[in-house]
Amino acid sequence: MKTRSRWQRFKESYFLHDFLHDKVALTSFCILAVLLFMGFAAPLVAPFNPYDAHNIDIMNAEIPPSWLPGGDTTFLLGTDAQGRDLFSTMLYGMRVSLIIGIGAVCLQAFLGIMVGLVAGFMGKRVESILMRVADVQLSFSTYMVAIFISAIFQAMFGVAKYEEIAVPLLILVIGFAEWPQYARTVRASVLAEKKKEYVEAAKVIGLSQKRIMWRHVLPNTLSPVFVISTIQVANAIMSEAALSFVGLGMPVTQPSLGSLINVGFEYIFSGSWWITMFPGIVLVLLILVINLLGDWLRDFLNPKLYKG
Amino acid sequence: MFAFIVRRIAQAIIVMLIISFIGFAIKQSFGDPVREITGVSVSAAEREKIRDELGLNDPFMVQFGRFMQGAVKGDIGRSFFYKKSALDVILSKAPATLELVMCSALIIVIFSVPLGIYSAIRPKALFSRFVMGGSIVGVSIPVFLTAILMIYVFSVELHWLPSYGRGETVNLGGWRTGFLTLDGWEHLIMPSIALSSIMLPLFIRLIRSEMMEVLENDYIKYAWAKGLMPKRVWIVHAFKNTLLPVITVGGVQLGTMIAFTILTETVFQWQGMGFMFIEAVERGDAPLMVAYLMVVGLIFVVVNTVVDVIYGLVNPQVRITGQK
Amino acid sequence: MQPLLDVKNLSVEFALRQGPLEAVKNVSFSLNKGERLGLVGESGAGKSVTGFSIINLISKPGYISNGSIMFEGQDLAKMPFDKMRGVRGNRISMIFQDPMMTLNPVLTIGTQMIETVMAHMDVTRKEAEEIALEKLRKVYIPSPRKRLAQYPHEFSGGMRQRIVIAISLLTDPSLIIADEPTTALDVTIQAEIMDLLLELCETDNMGLILITHDLAVVSEVTQRIAVMYAGGIVETGSTRQVTETPGHPYTQGLIAALPQSGAAGDRLTQIPGAMPSLMNMPAGCPFNPRCQHCTDICKQELPTLKENKSGILVACHHADKV
Repeated sequence: MKTRSRWQRFKESYFLHDFLHDKVALTSFCILAVLLFMGFAAPLVAPFNPYDAHNIDIMNAEIPPSWLPGGDTTFLLGTDAQGRDLFSTMLYGMRVSLIIGIGAVCLQAFLGIMVGLVAGFMGKRVESILMRVADVQLSFSTYMVAIFISAIFQAMFGVAKYEEIAVPLLILVIGFAEWPQYARTVRASVLAEKKKEYVEAAKVIGLSQKRIMWRHVLPNTLSPVFVISTIQVANAIMSEAALSFVGLGMPVTQPSLGSLINVGFEYIFSGSWWITMFPGIVLVLLILVINLLGDWLRDFLNPKLYKG
Repeated sequence: MFAFIVRRIAQAIIVMLIISFIGFAIKQSFGDPVREITGVSVSAAEREKIRDELGLNDPFMVQFGRFMQGAVKGDIGRSFFYKKSALDVILSKAPATLELVMCSALIIVIFSVPLGIYSAIRPKALFSRFVMGGSIVGVSIPVFLTAILMIYVFSVELHWLPSYGRGETVNLGGWRTGFLTLDGWEHLIMPSIALSSIMLPLFIRLIRSEMMEVLENDYIKYAWAKGLMPKRVWIVHAFKNTLLPVITVGGVQLGTMIAFTILTETVFQWQGMGFMFIEAVERGDAPLMVAYLMVVGLIFVVVNTVVDVIYGLVNPQVRITGQK
Repeated sequence: MQPLLDVKNLSVEFALRQGPLEAVKNVSFSLNKGERLGLVGESGAGKSVTGFSIINLISKPGYISNGSIMFEGQDLAKMPFDKMRGVRGNRISMIFQDPMMTLNPVLTIGTQMIETVMAHMDVTRKEAEEIALEKLRKVYIPSPRKRLAQYPHEFSGGMRQRIVIAISLLTDPSLIIADEPTTALDVTIQAEIMDLLLELCETDNMGLILITHDLAVVSEVTQRIAVMYAGGIVETGSTRQVTETPGHPYTQGLIAALPQSGAAGDRLTQIPGAMPSLMNMPAGCPFNPRCQHCTDICKQELPTLKENKSGILVACHHADKV
């Protein structure tokens, strides 16, 4: 009998069945898909290019959303303080937020998995030192670490230079701030896997440590990694927004959702609430659907996550 | 138990040393203290002389030693902007932040414990579902957005509450408190709610999930089999066991809360340490930044050590054997 | 005379996503005052669920779907929670399998004993403490007053099970349900605990339901036996008769599998196959796939308990032949 294709097996799996029968998960996934598409395809989808100075007319500043009195149908959600179309600016902003969020999580995962694997495998001294470092860094709260590092970077490079390399820098900062989460999770599952018989068996038949680690243990630690990754993306996007909000993140010229909220903030006192609220709503929606999906995933896979 | 405390304190000192080292390294790499003292008009040779006198040409570690000596006595540098001891600047801002954190912590404890317990023992009840749904929305709204939303609704539109500052404060022997005036309380409401807005749902979820796990244990079933009152089973048998993990995680979350004061204080222009820090960053006031790093580092280390010790006190297993 | 406990046609279901799953099927047994009954079977046979259903403490999503449990003149199966609470730990005490897990790790032994007394009796704290001390002495815990202030992890496994037994004695119950009370303990301590339990039941004339997979233990302690298989009772009678002349092929297999039943050097016999899972029960007698006497009727009709020639109740179509 021919073995069924991977796709067929996936189609019949509990995973898909459970997913399709969970309205919250399904809706979240659809919204996330739309947001991801709109974000990454921003240059194609957005009616204006906010980075292009030709499109910007300061006379258009603070136009309310099109359905309000004084609104202009050219600018669906109104304009910001510099006269940029808010809808377009938001799409570009979401793209920046997503790139930083996903980039940072990739870095976190890489660092964390490495440290976790090494700690779990080496044991003894190395393990206790690495895990102590992770504990201490974690106790300082990832936000604090991220704020400090970016504050130092900004002081080191100066504001102008900092803004130029803001995207890779933020990925670095947020990536470095959150690796302990991964390290602890991976280590915990490595320790759990190491006790299992198949690792013992692999040792007995003479496989090398390295091979056991990469080919046997790592794949088995991936389900908790997968679960925390979703939540971590939401956290990273939130961290980026927070950094941008206090002026340590993306500059106004290349705004993320956080910096849009930041610049819009002062205008709510004059009644131009939309400059802050629309990016705010998109940010919350983005984080919320990722969190909901993460929740579902956690309930479904139910891995033993390292707590505390 | 004694050995346990000693070990924790030793660890805390090591961490503090590392933080000081990082702080010192940052300080070394920014700005030239000589230029600050003398101005630009002094010749290079003379500057070199002053450098020698100040010991700035000494080896790095010697200078670090000197820095540590000062730090122990409370001298952690002078703020460029305020032109006075950085520690004094921070201490004058600390009461504002501490009052804010205290209020938020109170809000969190008062609401998270009953809500968490309830949604754990009645997971299927409508109210629990509502709480859980609300809490996942809650953790998805950044603190500063909650703050902005509240300002827009309650200050800009409704004019109910003031949008920035601490209001009228009373000086109590160097501690400027907003607790003693009505105006002070009015100013405190929104910032403390905003600050607790993200931690509250986190704690509700934490208490709920820990409690549900505890409720699965045999000793809970046994407590039911003994015919105890439901209240006693839930509070004394289940919640007391839930407390241990909640305390550990709670200690870590206190750090997060201090980080969030930076955001909250920025939105409300609350004259606390967080707002001061962001101002210091904007002004390039490196000594003040470093001083903030060290003070906050000290707070974290002290809190975490105390939490660990409390954990040891609550958990009889640690208390007897002296180890985790 | 009215029996102390009379379970009739008890069925327990678990509400699963795929529909209800019957874990205990139509089980009936009774127990007189001071009598000791052994519920024997493999794990998964439904004996623990039966035990817990007596005090209506089945883990979710299980529930009693049918039957009555008459105890001291009241039906426990239909008793409201508040009244049930007054019975649990008071008239009926339970002893759980693993003493490591049954005692709350963050409360002292004293707290855990006194709270039980105070939940059921109108006494002061001081009096409750005296009762606790008296019961600790009864289970031979040395220097009990000092022990009251200690936490569970300061005791060995055997000591903890003694404390659990002491807790079950606090309110002088008329029935103790012990669910595998010695399984989690060292072999050397098992006999000690069993002897203690037997001694206490005899002196206080307490009823005991001993749930275990260990036929040897049951035969030493109990007067009557009920053998469970796949959720139902397949054989019940006096301990002596059932162990000496078992009527059901399953019981016969169990006894043949005991190490001491053959001569030294003999191979241990075993029952071929495994108990069917509750999800896919075979039609007819649930034991039919493993039974050497299996005939067509066994695959079609569920046998009911009938008295065989030696006076034991056996649920087997071929009870008189085997």
